[in-house]
Amino acid sequence: MAFQYETYIRPSTFPHIWCPGCGNGIVVKALVRAIDRMGWSKDEVVVVSGIGCSSRTSGYLDFNTLHTTHGRAIAFATGIKMANPALKVIVVTGDGDALAIGGNHLIHAARRNMDLTVILFNNEIYAMTGGQYSPATPEEKMASTAPYGQIEPPFDIVRLAEGAGATFVARSTVFHAVQLENYIFKALNRSGFSLIEAVTNCPTVYGRRNRMPIPASFHAYYKKNSVPLEKAAKMSAEELTGKIVTGIFADVDKIGFIERYSRMSERAQAVRKKRYIKGSSPKGEVGN
Amino acid sequence: MKAATTSETAEREARRNRIRLMQGNEACAEGALAAGCRFFAGYPITPSSEIGEYLALHLPRVGGNFIQMEDEIASMAAIIGASLAGVKSMTATSGPGFSLKQENLGFACIAEIPCVVVNVMRGGPSTGLPTGPSQGDFMQARWGTHGDHPIVVLAPYSVREVFTETIRAFNLSESFRTPVILLMDEVLAHMREKVILPEPAECPAVDRLRPTGPPEAYLPYASDRDVSPLAPFGSGYRFHVTGLYHDETGFPTGSPAKIRQQMERLMGKMERGAGQIQRFELTGAVSGGSDPVDTLVVAYGSTARAAKHAVGEARQSKRSVALFRPVTLWPFPEAAIRQVSGSVRRVVVPEMSLGQLAGEVQKCIPPKAELRRVNRVDGIPIAPEEILDAIVA
Repeated sequence: MAFQYETYIRPSTFPHIWCPGCGNGIVVKALVRAIDRMGWSKDEVVVVSGIGCSSRTSGYLDFNTLHTTHGRAIAFATGIKMANPALKVIVVTGDGDALAIGGNHLIHAARRNMDLTVILFNNEIYAMTGGQYSPATPEEKMASTAPYGQIEPPFDIVRLAEGAGATFVARSTVFHAVQLENYIFKALNRSGFSLIEAVTNCPTVYGRRNRMPIPASFHAYYKKNSVPLEKAAKMSAEELTGKIVTGIFADVDKIGFIERYSRMSERAQAVRKKRYIKGSSPKGEVGN
Repeated sequence: MKAATTSETAEREARRNRIRLMQGNEACAEGALAAGCRFFAGYPITPSSEIGEYLALHLPRVGGNFIQMEDEIASMAAIIGASLAGVKSMTATSGPGFSLKQENLGFACIAEIPCVVVNVMRGGPSTGLPTGPSQGDFMQARWGTHGDHPIVVLAPYSVREVFTETIRAFNLSESFRTPVILLMDEVLAHMREKVILPEPAECPAVDRLRPTGPPEAYLPYASDRDVSPLAPFGSGYRFHVTGLYHDETGFPTGSPAKIRQQMERLMGKMERGAGQIQRFELTGAVSGGSDPVDTLVVAYGSTARAAKHAVGEARQSKRSVALFRPVTLWPFPEAAIRQVSGSVRRVVVPEMSLGQLAGEVQKCIPPKAELRRVNRVDGIPIAPEEILDAIVA
């Protein structure tokens, strides 16, 4: 059967809560196309989200879905993946959710190389609560809690994930919908921790404060200012100001947490068996 | 012949293995394993760390999962996730960590996800007294997370009871689809006692109901029953779990009628299940019997050990005293206390907190009865003599 978005959504949950012109739908569609290419059954996919506009995605998709507390999606997902490694666990989160309140979980899941794929919708703002600045808001941009312009520098999300140990890290934008889908597809194929930063637009609470009230102006901006990683490598820091560097930032073959745990567990069971055969008590301690 | 001998040897061996010198924290971990717990996520904190250490050693051997998370919040989140994947799960902590877990604990309450949270109480608030006992989380265990919510709180008083109550905590959490809090204190956690563990058949493990009907008809929060079956993720029943107010399907709702229906069911399932959940021990004569009780002592946890001793001494000198020891702290055994305190003259409430339990007891006793509090919050357990003084003075 030909691919249909309807296969993967829950029409009863519509209309969705996103504003006209919001870029989130483009990310969700790219995610759905990538999942479809994986050929997975809907029963084996789990989508876990936190709190915020992008995290409402979980309710709209027809998988096993979990809409958790603010910032904690990755920690919930860790429990699910360990308890049933056969499940394909995808985390949907936003820049405020994953980088501020949930920053600790993000870096630690990357460090342990937990077998999860994180789709981080970066709209550079806390949109659901009305436009407060986030850890991804660029300097000098306006936000409801930065009425004189943002004075804090933002995180470089892909560098953060890569530095923390993620095996696959990529960035794309909602203007580059096909590239975004391809990156997500690659991430889903990887074991270990993968993260896709999807740069998306919020015309309502970000655009209006920053002279971009028309949704299409964001797409024009992404088209004009996106620079592929290879090209960016030849540009100076000055030339890169205000640019969005897209591409695959990390793609390494590294054994994931689940495989490591399984090997450790086999070792522990072998020790237990050996000691039992030797005649010591089956509850005999090891290493005590 | 040879086979029979082997089986006899095995039986003897098994019996010998049930006799153990155990620490409270170790008994908790063993109880969890016996209850079928196969996932533990935790974060180091005194005085509960031994529970995690013990399970880090033993869970991999039985094909279970142990993970030390990056913080207390993540540990609580991970056990909810594991439970949703169909695996019985637990975390263990102490005061400061228990405070951090509260938001996700509320998530488990409203989303009705079975899990067990152990809180080995230490002095508080804040960092308080990490290596001293306390019973100061009595109210936090009930009302720690925001909003009206159902909760079950159990408080054992001996190492053996830690083992059996940990199993009961899992069983109740599975039966009622609710988080269950096991409240211990530092004395109980670090004390070692000789324990004869019960036979597995004496403490059977209970598993949550799973749906059997067609997936399209599955209602994870049906309103016509207190507890609906819970499908593990990946079992073909795709549904949505959220901390938002939701209807019977699990999807968010803003309908006042549906919210009211769900909240009433959520709170009601504990009220209607109280008889099954509540467990208490009454030592001494019962009110209305041939030996009417003059003084009632109400105590739980390690304080109840001292109280039992004091009550024993008082009874030896012909005092009419009884000890009411709640093992289930919440839902609070109001009716039972009301019944045994009907004609008492005095009620003594010793606790390692400043009246949290006494306040609850006060609500259940006759207005004319005198309530005497025996409180310590200095890290020193309450001695039997202090309780005896309050009984006889």
